[in-house]
Amino acid sequence: MTKEAIIEKLKPIVQPFVKNEEAFKNLTDTTDFITDLNINSANLVDIVLDIEEAFHIEIDNESMEKMLNVENTVAIIQKKLAAQ
Amino acid sequence: MNKQDILNKLPYSKPFLFVDEIISITENGVKGTFIFNENLDFYKGHFKNNPITPGVLLIETMAQIGLVCLGIYLSESEKKENIAFTSSEIEFLKPVFPNEKVTVISEKLYYRFGKLKCKVKMINENKEAICTGTLAGMIT
Repeated sequence: MTKEAIIEKLKPIVQPFVKNEEAFKNLTDTTDFITDLNINSANLVDIVLDIEEAFHIEIDNESMEKMLNVENTVAIIQKKLAAQ
Repeated sequence: MNKQDILNKLPYSKPFLFVDEIISITENGVKGTFIFNENLDFYKGHFKNNPITPGVLLIETMAQIGLVCLGIYLSESEKKENIAFTSSEIEFLKPVFPNEKVTVISEKLYYRFGKLKCKVKMINENKEAICTGTLAGMIT
């Protein structure tokens, strides 16, 4: 799956939890879920659970801790998809 | 970890402890009770000459039994110290008057990455639903 395709699938998962619409509109690789989009850690868990369901992958604790920005999240999804 | 160990580990004391007894606790959920004594201070003001338990305290009671007791049980082996209340979505169906005993029944929806989310119900002694909904917290 390409990075662009993953981001397109990721956006509607993240959107309901976004508290900063402006930063979401201008989403880049370095957009941080917590500091830029103002998502709290509890909602970040829900995002990761929704990612597992949408991409049919399982995220472990170590990967979860790295899923704080767009770039790392895409990389982890790609890695998990490739391992299947 | 037995029921008494969990009660001992609760980070609350009077007048903000809203758990009397844990009836049962498993990996999947918890059931516990609390009696709202008529001498509790807030009844003097909620409402004037018409004491009714505030809804926020019903949520607090649901959270202490349904989230915190269960969270202590589930995180026993993880060396975690704190639990932070992160969300609630509760509907109220019946009032709770002074001296009523309530029972909270909580079912775990999931506990992952430190987040515990539960479906929680409070019932009165006639087994009527007082309030129902979902609560979540982060255990860190």
